Formats: sequence, structure tokens, C-alpha cells
Amino acid sequence: MLKSVASRVIARNACYGGRHTVTLIPGDGIGPEMCGEVAKTIEMLAAPVDFETVHLEGTSELTEAMNSITRNKVCMKGNVVTQWPIYTSRNLQLRHDLDLYANVVHAQSFGSLDTRHKNLDVVCIRENTEGEYSAMSHEAVPGLVESLKVCTRTATERIARFAFDYADQWGRKKVTCVHKANIMKKGDGLFRKVCAEVALEYPHIAYDDIIVDNCTMQLVSNPDQFDVMVMPNLYGNIISNMLCGLVGGPGLVSGGNYNAENGIAIFEQATRNAGRKIAGKNMANPTAYLVATSKGAR
Amino acid sequence: MSKLLRNVTRMVSARSKHTCTLIPGDGIGPEISAAVAKIFDAAGAPIDWEERDVYAIQEPDGSWVLPEPARESINKNKVGLKGPLATPIGAGHPSMNLMLRKTFGLYANVRPCKSIVGHQTKYDDVDIVTIRENTEGEYSGIEHEIVPGVVQSIKLITDTATRNVCKHAFEYARQNGRDRITCVHKANIMRKADGTFLRVAREIAEEYPDIKFEDAYLDTVCLRIVQDPSQYDMLVMPNLYGDILSDLGAGLIGGLGLTPSGNIGADGVALFESVHGSAPDIAGQDKANPTALLLSAVMMLRHLNYMDIAANIETACFDTIASGTKTGDLGGTAKCTEFTEAICARLRN
Ligand SMILES: Nc1ncnc2c1ncn2[C@@H]1O[C@H](COP(=O)(O)OP(=O)(O)OP(=O)(O)O)[C@@H](O)[C@H]1O
Ligand SMILES: Nc1ncnc2c1ncn2[C@@H]1O[C@H](COP(=O)(O)OP(=O)(O)OP(=O)(O)O)[C@@H](O)[C@H]1O
Ligand SMILES: [Mg+2]
Ligand SMILES: [Mg+2]
Repeated sequence: MLKSVASRVIARNACYGGRHTVTLIPGDGIGPEMCGEVAKTIEMLAAPVDFETVHLEGTSELTEAMNSITRNKVCMKGNVVTQWPIYTSRNLQLRHDLDLYANVVHAQSFGSLDTRHKNLDVVCIRENTEGEYSAMSHEAVPGLVESLKVCTRTATERIARFAFDYADQWGRKKVTCVHKANIMKKGDGLFRKVCAEVALEYPHIAYDDIIVDNCTMQLVSNPDQFDVMVMPNLYGNIISNMLCGLVGGPGLVSGGNYNAENGIAIFEQATRNAGRKIAGKNMANPTAYLVATSKGAR
Repeated sequence: MSKLLRNVTRMVSARSKHTCTLIPGDGIGPEISAAVAKIFDAAGAPIDWEERDVYAIQEPDGSWVLPEPARESINKNKVGLKGPLATPIGAGHPSMNLMLRKTFGLYANVRPCKSIVGHQTKYDDVDIVTIRENTEGEYSGIEHEIVPGVVQSIKLITDTATRNVCKHAFEYARQNGRDRITCVHKANIMRKADGTFLRVAREIAEEYPDIKFEDAYLDTVCLRIVQDPSQYDMLVMPNLYGDILSDLGAGLIGGLGLTPSGNIGADGVALFESVHGSAPDIAGQDKANPTALLLSAVMMLRHLNYMDIAANIETACFDTIASGTKTGDLGGTAKCTEFTEAICARLRN
């Protein structure tokens, strides 16, 4: 199995004469401002990175972006606002078409910031392709809607392996599986069971599991107990946003979307929002984008 | 209040006494129920308790039901208070908490989360009420393994259940002097299911122009609530989100030992309960904290419109905690009975 996610990314990405080409998708809202700052910083640091800018709007075709990312392997991206119901989410589609099944948010307290919790250092690893995001739903009879949540052994196995490999590579001690298997006995039950199976392959890393509601309660009162956490899609959305809030806000934390097999990675703001309300006001905080860039550079 | 005055109040209210069902529950349940009954006495609360046990009974056809005396009592009294009921793992019978919800169609779960002076946490500015749809959503229990290794779980949202829970949210806001409701959803991803919830919530909101209504994505609420919980007043949402955000709220103020809850159902049935478990590890040792059950009973009084007595008991409880008389779970040394007696003493003065 793969040993190192990041080294694979670097081994394979477009690198000519020691310089890396990285796809840059400014996106909407505060995205362009943020990416502008990133480009300036990169230039100032004389980092060996060239950006290939691809514009992607809620209405554009994905082909150009797909080609560029497949070629460069690494992409920095602002959020693209979805104009639904006319269009489906371009962000989702990009992740789906490139099969970026793992979303990683590493929340670490900034010593300089006055937040309620200090010394937070938690990694949230989120299954990024199925669960509640299967986009399958129908109105069975008028006034009654059913929405499907999908959990497969295949997808669970690879996200669980990704989490343990990540823990392994970054010297982390413990992986915690977050679920709601007491209620969704089969669906989340499968997720929990498969994680426990994969855990057996990594005897040097501690493993436990926790129910999602209890997990959120523990996170706000006693977050030190967590190290690496792995979970289905929706819980990942919840926990990663809480983590961003706990360390100081959405503008500070970056997130990566990976496929360990094809080596492609897209880096973006962890909370994946466009911040349309503050766009164009020079108010936005580019830290998340800068951190995302530094991760891309690794 | 002077003794005389209190006796007069008692006599006046004796005319309009309410009979409520009391389900003491398992583990620490009997201890904390006794504490509540004692405090209600000291406060002169006009409540007569009708005590009933709840345990699982299996019918000849294999289905599980509630004991008839409990069912009959709740149907008659409409209002009840319930301690924790244990669900032994692998016992065969379903969770009795779920069974009560089903039997009485308890569609709305209400959980106020308010910072308690005297119990310091990282958050001292919380005053949020979460209202959760309690009967459907992700808890529909419909799941299939389509082929080995592929499971589908169905989330169910109906106009009817959504309307019920949203209506209750707005009514609660009016009755309790709250002015803002946020509908929490994920309609950007679950367009139809959460879309339905949001649409119905908006429709109901129009009937209550005096209450400010807004909606927010679940993830945005999670992001903001841990940074600044004071920006939210009331939250209304589907089952799973409510489960998560109500526990998160409890975490903000210091845990489940402090949060009350109420379940509102069809035909005017309302069942109030503490949300913590039966704590078998400390049962029978006089160590339990009765605060959550007491505050649930206070919610019950407000539901019955005994606003003044409710406020008296709440104040006595908070003052006792603020004065440093606390049970072990809050870092204090008081026994359950000592804490109870301290509250009673304040009420008698
Ligand atoms: N990089 C950033 N720096 C500072 N604040 C940010 C940043 N990104 C998001 N925010 C803030 O985080 C909050 C949540 O962002 P989000 O984009 O979901 O909200 P919004 O701007 O109200 O919504 P929309 O983009 O749908 O109009 C907003 O208050 C937004 O202003
Ligand atoms: N009211 C309370 N006062 C003091 N401690 C409590 C109280 N409620 C719960 N605890 C403590 O919190 C911890 C979790 O207990 P809880 O009863 O919620 O779960 P549990 O033991 O799994 O019970 P159950 O099987 O009924 O769900 C225990 O250590 C318990 O002692
Ligand atoms: Mg819970
Ligand atoms: Mg819960």
C-alpha cells in the first residue's frame, strides 16, 4: 500500500527544471482576492512554483480545469458558487470526477490568537464521495421526501486506510472513527466495522470510535482527547467546520482533497465557502489560502 | 416568602392542582426523581405526582409495548416527567426512550441551553433553545444492504412532521419571549429532503410575523456557534442535526448533567426528561446531580403556565450552584441530598 500521500503527489506532479506548475482556480466571492495574495506571496518568496490560472464559474464546462489539474496534479482553488437549481455544484463535480475521496482538515491553534481553546491539534479526515452527498432523493408521495445515504465497503476501506496512512506518516498516535451506528445500524454500522477491521492492520496506532453527537460535545469541552478523526461525509462537514471555528475562524484553516492512488490534490479553504458577503471589501483573511499553498508546495 | 403567605399560596393553588405522571427511571433515576419531588414540595408547586414504572413488555406476536398503567397514566394526565431509562446493549428490546416517542407521537424535542453562573466553562454567553424534529429524518430506521458491502439508509422528511415541529418552535418562542428562530438545514446538498424542511419552515414563519426568521447551513452554524454562541437564539431543524447541535450546546455549558429537555407530541402530550443516561456507575451512592431533571421539571411548570413557581425554583437552583454547593460531576463535594436540601432551604426563605 502507499506509504506517503504527499511524496506521491510530489513525485508525480508537473515539474520542469525544478519548478512546479500548479493549477490556480480563483473561484467566486473572496476567492480571487485570496488567490491574488497567494500569487504575490509566492513571488516574494521566490518559491519555485508557477501558476496556471483556469477560470471556472458556476456555469462553465469542467474540461479545461480537469485537463489542467490532471496534468499538474496540484491545484489551488477558491470556492465556485453554485447557481442551483440550474447547475450542479462545480466544486462537488470536480472532486467527484477526479475521485478526490479524502478531505483533510488539520486544525491547529495559532499561538498568537486569543481563542477559547488553546493548543488544539486535530486532523479531520472526511470521506468525500458518498454518504448523504449521493444526491439521490425523490418525492415518494406528495409531502413525503426520501433521501438516500449510501455507504460502501470499498469507499470506507480506502478512507480508513488513508486515515491510518496519514497517522503513520505524520507520527500521529490515535485514529478515532466518528459515526451514528446506534441509529443507522447498517449504514454507519458498516463504516464503523470496516474502520475497526482496517485498524487491525495498524497495531501501532491506537483506535477508538465515538458517536457523532457526543463527539461534538467533547470537542467544545475537552478537545485534547482527539488526534486523527475519520468519518463519513456529512459528519466531516460538521466536525471540520467546528474545528475551524475552534481555532479562530474560516479564514485561517486550509483543507486538502486527495486521491492517494492518482496523486491528485486540490487545496482550498477548509470550510469551502465563498464568503460572498465580504467579497471585494479587502476584509477577507488569506491565511487559509496561504497555508493551503504551503501544503501544495510540500 | 413568609410561611403564612406560602400556605395561602398553597391553599389557593390547591384548587387548581395538576396531576402529572412521574417515571423515576433506572440507575440514578429514583434518587434524582425524589430530589425533584422534594424541591417541588418546598416550592409549593401545585403538582400531584402519579408514579409509574416503564419497562419493555413483549406481546405474544413478538412486538414490544409499554406497560399499560404507564400508557394509561400519560394518556390521562397528558404531562409527565421522566428520569433516565437504560437500554442494555443486546437486551433484545428497543430503546424505551424511542418507544415513548413513538407511542405518544412526540414530534418535537426542545432543549434549552443556558450558561450557568457559578459553573465556569469556556463559554459563558450561551442562551440557545434547540428544537429538533423527533420522529423521522435519518431516524426512519429504513436501511437495506443492496448488494454485499453497499448499504442505503433512507432519510425521510414529510410536510406534516415538519409543520408540527416548526409550529411548535414559533409557539415556544412566543410563550417564552424569544424573538428569533434560525432554521438549520443542508438544502444545498439535500435539495429535496432539507429543501422540503426549509420550504415548510418558511411557510410557517409567515404566520408569525412577530418572530424574526432566518435560515443557515448546518456547517456554517457549527463554525459560528463554537466561536460566538451568543449570536443564536432558537434553532429549529431535522432530527439528526438537532441531535448533534443539542449535544454540542450541552457541551458549551458544561455537559448533559445540566441540560433539561421536553418532548412535545400529538394530542397535547408533553413528556419532560433529563437527557443524560442512568449512570449505573454511581447509582445508589447519593452522588447524582439532579439539576438536569429539576430543570426539565421547571420546563414542565412553564408548559403548564406556572411561570412564577418555575422561576423561583430555577433561581434557587442556580443560586445554590453559584454559592459553591455542587455535586461531584461539577467538581463539588455535595451529596445529591445535600444539594437538594440547599435548594429547598432557599425556597423556604
Ligand atoms: N477567508 C475568510 N476570511 C474572513 N471571513 C471569512 C472567510 N471566508 C468566510 N468568511 C466568513 O465566514 C462566514 C461563513 O461564510 P459563508 O461564505 O458560508 O457565508 P456568507 O458569505 O454569508 O454566504 P454566501 O457566500 O452564501 O453569501 C461568513 O460570515 C463569511 O463572511
Ligand atoms: N445526573 C448525573 N449526575 C452525576 N453524574 C452523571 C449524571 N448523569 C450522568 N453522569 C455521569 O456521566 C457518565 C455517563 O453516564 P450516562 O449515564 O450518561 O451513560 P451510561 O452510563 O451509558 O448510561 P445509559 O446506559 O443509561 O445510557 C457516567 O460517568 C455518569 O456517572
Ligand atoms: Mg447523546
Ligand atoms: Mg443525542
